[in-house]
Amino acid sequence: MCAYRDEDPRLHDLKTKIRVVPNFPKPGIMFQDITTLLLDPKAFKNTIDMFVERYKGKNISVVAGIEARGFIFGSPIALAIGAKFVPMRKPKKLPGKVISQEYILEYGRDCLELHVGAVEHGERALVVDDLIATGGTLCAAMDLLERVGAEVVECACVIELPELKGRERLNGKPLYVLVECFECCQ
Amino acid sequence: MFVLENGANKGEDSRLQAISEAIRVVPHFPKQGIMFQDITTLLLDPKAFKDTVDIFVDHYRDMDISVVAGVEARGFIFGSSIAIGIGAKFVPLCKPGKLPGEVISEKYVLEYGTDCLEMHVGAVEPCERVIIMDDLVATGGTLSAAIRLLERAGAEVVECACVIGLSDLKVRRKLNGKPLYILLEPRQVENGF
Repeated sequence: MCAYRDEDPRLHDLKTKIRVVPNFPKPGIMFQDITTLLLDPKAFKNTIDMFVERYKGKNISVVAGIEARGFIFGSPIALAIGAKFVPMRKPKKLPGKVISQEYILEYGRDCLELHVGAVEHGERALVVDDLIATGGTLCAAMDLLERVGAEVVECACVIELPELKGRERLNGKPLYVLVECFECCQ
Repeated sequence: MFVLENGANKGEDSRLQAISEAIRVVPHFPKQGIMFQDITTLLLDPKAFKDTVDIFVDHYRDMDISVVAGVEARGFIFGSSIAIGIGAKFVPLCKPGKLPGEVISEKYVLEYGTDCLEMHVGAVEPCERVIIMDDLVATGGTLSAAIRLLERAGAEVVECACVIGLSDLKVRRKLNGKPLYILLEPRQVENGF
């Protein structure tokens, strides 16, 4: 079941466009698939507009998008608010010099990378991904940005899974989401 | 066609010049001998990035395109914004195992070995007019696989769009019979970012 963030009528439409795929990537997970949202140009544009309305004029100079679905939302947001777009990627995808941040998964570890020099000290940054679950990936992204001296203003996601408590993991950094989904893991 | 040489007007010329200069060359990545064309520095220049997207949007706006298919992952960065700009669906084409639900797959040949591209069943309907977006086209292997995926779904691939294209495509002008729309040739020079 999904809850609405507030009464914006565009959110009703958005919620109906997200497809739930049971048992992906493994049994027990109800996967929140945003690709069906992208198949509705008006709903996709509305999604971007809601983020842009929140962040335009707030002196944000960096939108950091997490590979790969964070690229889909982050890039149009960056363009609309006149910010740089900075991709945060899995290891060995970014050419040139990078800094890395390891993070813990349910089983094992993963790693996120950021180009050296992409973000400057004191820049105000947003982190964008399609969904926040446990918050591990977003934390790694924030850590990378803070290591280069940026100020993470907010994390922005289309979907939150509140039962996984990702919000608490963000160390007090604000999180803005459009849709909350419950009972997504068994 | 290569936009920079093919009748681009004066205004477009200066935008393309700035876009080209914003791209960084990283030597010997991912291996010795490859001069990697890094578009991430273009993304750090909001005006040049916007100009890049605008050139594609202006080109495709009146061509009745209902789908922009973006190749994972750098094709997503340009493709989603272009889709919004022209009012089309955005369809991600992904490496195996990334898309949930039912997919169709297309294998393609790499220098050593093979790789695979996937698309959701039902994302594209028969007879839809599609453009395929990626940051760069080299051998054309990935784009050819993308064309085959979309044609298997019954769509009409109108054009393949890339920011950068290798020079021999200038001569060929088409990939598997499909027109190409490419902004720039690769930079040769290390510009010391």
